[in-house]
Amino acid sequence: MARSVSRPTQSQPTPGPSAWAIISTVLCYVLLIILTLLFLAPFYLIIRNGLASESEITSSNWTFFPSTLHFENIQELFKDTEVPFLDGMINSTIIAVLQTIGQILVSALAGYGLARIPYRRANQVFFAILVTLMIPSAVIFVPTYVIVSYLGWVSTLQGLVVPGIFSGFTTFLFRQFFLGFPRELEEAGRVDGLGYWGVFWRVVVPNSYGIIAALSVITFIASWNAFLWPLVVGQDASAWTVQVVLSNFLNAQVLNLHELFIGSAIAILPLVIVFFFLQRYIVEGYKQSGLKG
Amino acid sequence: MKSLNTSVPAEMLASHEGEQKRVQRVRRRSLETTLIFWSFVGPLILGLTVFFYIPILWSLILSFSSARATITPTSFVGLENYRAMLNDPEFIKSLVTFTIFAAFIVPTTFACALGLALLVTSVKLAQGFFRSVFFLPTACSYVLASVIWKMSFFNGSSYGLANTVRHSFGLDPISWISSANPPWFWLVLVTVRLWLQLGIYMIIFIAGLQEIPRELYEASLVDGAKRGWQTFRYITFPLLRNASISVLLLNVIAAFQAFDEFFNIMSGGNQILARPPLVYLYNIALNDQNYGYGSAGAIILTLIILIFTLFQGRFLGFGRSE
Repeated sequence: MARSVSRPTQSQPTPGPSAWAIISTVLCYVLLIILTLLFLAPFYLIIRNGLASESEITSSNWTFFPSTLHFENIQELFKDTEVPFLDGMINSTIIAVLQTIGQILVSALAGYGLARIPYRRANQVFFAILVTLMIPSAVIFVPTYVIVSYLGWVSTLQGLVVPGIFSGFTTFLFRQFFLGFPRELEEAGRVDGLGYWGVFWRVVVPNSYGIIAALSVITFIASWNAFLWPLVVGQDASAWTVQVVLSNFLNAQVLNLHELFIGSAIAILPLVIVFFFLQRYIVEGYKQSGLKG
Repeated sequence: MKSLNTSVPAEMLASHEGEQKRVQRVRRRSLETTLIFWSFVGPLILGLTVFFYIPILWSLILSFSSARATITPTSFVGLENYRAMLNDPEFIKSLVTFTIFAAFIVPTTFACALGLALLVTSVKLAQGFFRSVFFLPTACSYVLASVIWKMSFFNGSSYGLANTVRHSFGLDPISWISSANPPWFWLVLVTVRLWLQLGIYMIIFIAGLQEIPRELYEASLVDGAKRGWQTFRYITFPLLRNASISVLLLNVIAAFQAFDEFFNIMSGGNQILARPPLVYLYNIALNDQNYGYGSAGAIILTLIILIFTLFQGRFLGFGRSE
């Protein structure tokens, strides 16, 4: 569709691909390859700088790749007492896992309740949830911070995890999905004597692994990459996530580029692994949600 | 007689009892439904109450109060915080910064994402590979991208990649981030967001493209439309209306929330060059600990985004079909 194939005369369609079609296809591929190199360049820079020595990075003679790969940078980073990198990785892992499990559980339950249980005021409840969709959580970070500090949760695990569990948006997506769930399956379960809880756990959940996987993966990525909330609540260095660690490192007075870049490489590793194995679900998740704020 | 006398009230009584039981049963069932409903939806509503509704109410109260270094209102000041915030040149400047940023990022994201989607779907070989490559950056965080952009790509020293490329053309290095005139930092801020976000918007456009029926193109060719610009102008683009609208809206709302890359790339002395609303609020609330003032700012931003959301809903007729 991007090809602009203009034919001089319309009355004589030439059989087979015309010269223009071939040229435009070749141009498309050339453009795609250039763009591929541009999109991958940042990854190249992380690896190049992460495995180089400091003097190689700051040398004004650009070397395409370090002559010897300095894998000892990894050890150096983990031993560096000024940068709580390992703690950051551990914090990020715990937070992302708990937040994903919590958010999917709470949202799937609420989504099912809204979609299927004939409660009188279900519509009012749904409206109250829709209202939360209009205001992104980042915009109200000051109010949320006020309540979290009132609860005494600043620099605690629960302060980092719990506010991120309740998502009107994920609930909305689950509700939409459950509205389209085949009722016959649920009725079959009811005939077997299951109540709403039984139907939900034994019939609905086992048939919804696709959407659960899709929303779990994008929730995990969003949680791992989150910065504003962890920065606001994780004030003690012991509560820093890996993103906050990298940010502090980036803005430190004394620069240590090879450690900064090898740290970045390690911080992105879990997501690259997730990406390669679960890309199908990520694409599906983003298609459903557009963009998770 | 006697039997009649007794049987009638008994029957009535029986039917009355039956009615009561039915009402009881219905009531019990509706009570049961209520309980089951809340056992499913309750956790979410409880969480939203504590972390959404109460915070907004509390901030509303704080915004009418003086509250420095404390989260409990100390004295009522009426609209003073709002008056001060709306006259605060730094706050106005932050809204201007957002506007400039949106003016750069929204059209470029739209055009590039659409271009990528068209380019990727126009080739047959290795389509999946190219899609994955353009989608891969969406797994990265803004912090990570800021590290690469600030310390390697657009490093102001001669060893930055952009300056290395300039050097090979015999040009002098540029301090990309701290230079106010010309404002090269916009190039840094816009490209970092493009790299991170294009993949998602490309996916939305590809999904939209796949929904366009093939027959339309065939019919248009029969009608004498030329492949390329004409089919794009009269078929592809109009039928991408929904995808286009959601890309635009998501983009504006995301730009309004911009924080991470501005905080990390423009940190230090460069923050005065470009400080979007959320970074300014962060400075008020977390650095100055002025929660009354910060709350007023948060309420103003909430109102702005609320008005935008409601307005675009009206304007574009969202939800009208439902």
